[in-house]
Amino acid sequence: MQVYLPIAETSVNAFTLLGVGGGVGMLSGMFGVGGGFLITPLLFFIGVPPAVAVATGVNQVVASSISGVLAHLKRKTVDLRMGLVLLLGGLIGSIIGIWFFNLMQRLGQIDLIVQLSYVIFLGIIGALMFNESLRALLRAKNPNAPRRKLHTHIWVHNLPLKMKFRASGLYISVFPPLLVGVGVGILAAVMGVGGGFVLVPAMIYLLGMPTKVVIGTSLFQVTFVAAFTTMAHAVTNQSVDVMLAIFLILGGVIGAQIGTRVGLRLKAEQLRILLALLVLAVCGKIAFDLLWTPSELYSITIPGRF
Amino acid sequence: MRALVLILLIFVALPARSEEVIAGLSQNRVSLTVNFEGSEILIYGAVRRDAPLPEGPLDVVVSVEGPPMPAIIWRKARRAGIWVNTESQEVRAAPSFYAVASTAPLRDILSPDADLTHRISTRLAIFEARTAPEARDPAAFTEALIRIREDEGLYQSRENAVALERDTLFSTRMTLPKNIVEGRYAARVFLVREGEVVDVFETVIDVQKAVLERWLFNLAYQQPFLYGLLALALAVFFGWGASAAFRLVR
Repeated sequence: MQVYLPIAETSVNAFTLLGVGGGVGMLSGMFGVGGGFLITPLLFFIGVPPAVAVATGVNQVVASSISGVLAHLKRKTVDLRMGLVLLLGGLIGSIIGIWFFNLMQRLGQIDLIVQLSYVIFLGIIGALMFNESLRALLRAKNPNAPRRKLHTHIWVHNLPLKMKFRASGLYISVFPPLLVGVGVGILAAVMGVGGGFVLVPAMIYLLGMPTKVVIGTSLFQVTFVAAFTTMAHAVTNQSVDVMLAIFLILGGVIGAQIGTRVGLRLKAEQLRILLALLVLAVCGKIAFDLLWTPSELYSITIPGRF
Repeated sequence: MRALVLILLIFVALPARSEEVIAGLSQNRVSLTVNFEGSEILIYGAVRRDAPLPEGPLDVVVSVEGPPMPAIIWRKARRAGIWVNTESQEVRAAPSFYAVASTAPLRDILSPDADLTHRISTRLAIFEARTAPEARDPAAFTEALIRIREDEGLYQSRENAVALERDTLFSTRMTLPKNIVEGRYAARVFLVREGEVVDVFETVIDVQKAVLERWLFNLAYQQPFLYGLLALALAVFFGWGASAAFRLVR
């Protein structure tokens, strides 16, 4: 069965879309990742124009994180103050990202920019995840291995404008969280991801936040930044495709429910290696497309369309 | 009623020409619904004549042209190992869809002059912009445009695809692929004798998004803020609603 996408102005197979949404949803249920960084490139592969894939991907992020953030707010595992600082940074970053995105689209380079940023980020994330899970596997075999120290005070914390973040037990400058927020906002706007995969490690290692508030606070920031970015894409370049989003969301919600149950029964470390390999494979495919001589050197863009 | 008017018109116009073409379409309306997978339109008709059949072969050319749009064609080149769009060329207007079917290869039946006047072959349906002086090999860009759109089924040039019986009845099938855009599509039928067009019949195919798709598209472009809110509302509704539903089931 084909679905006609009114904004992308093409038809794609409904089951492929549900499959992409469901597959990524399953992974996100299993690993607790948002999955935006997989949905957007998979949409490129099935022929959705990159601009539409990015804007719609970020809309899907809202759907996949909203119920999580509500649950965390109820459990009070959100550092609201930190969340708001990160959010402020995120909104600034999103505006910068949207401006950059529209500029690159006018110059005809948006596909390249999106693909390049995916190669870089998926490459880094995949390699880090692979390394981390390999170490976790080794640690599981050898329980006496030394653990890494979590919180260290580094120079960025001592910049001016210090602020108390009670829920996190931190007294640090607002600049590090603000800048982290800006970075994540840019990623959301340019890549159509929530940015949790950058935000969570940054919160733990750079800001030194306690793990119990990290997930809730990052979901809080991601949800609102994604919502803002969706609006910004819709208003500035009309590239959000609601029909596409609905199929991805439906697939994703169902997939996530299955994934959560499957995840409980499987071994986490081995699964993480698989996820890392998957991320690296997607990265490799995009890199290959950029490096390999294309069969068609020409492409067509229609001003104002995708 | 429309047919009646048509016949009347033909009678009024009759003394001027010795051969007339009358054509009909299996459908004048194409609706791009959610499950649109392309459409096939039968174009058929007859040649009407008062005088006895003239000497020489008669040919029929049928074309369908989608709404023209400007386009930018990009050429990639390798920069630092990566394939990047480096050169571009603008096209003032290129039909978003163009199919031409004929009883024989166009170059055998149509004089270059007649082709140019009526802009029948695909190459002539595209209006190039004034070439930028720095562009190398500007013709390659237009050729690429045609090649890419042919691969997507958006441009079709089908020789020998019109069936003509006893120099009077003709028919052909036009395939509209799934990736067409909406708008008014011009369908034309040309009668060709000795390289010249002796009569033309024109009609319009209305390609429209179905109600919901049209509404969404218009909302996105005319009320983008409301559209964005709608996208968010749907995301919240489905995202939150579905996990609430699953909780209920458990």
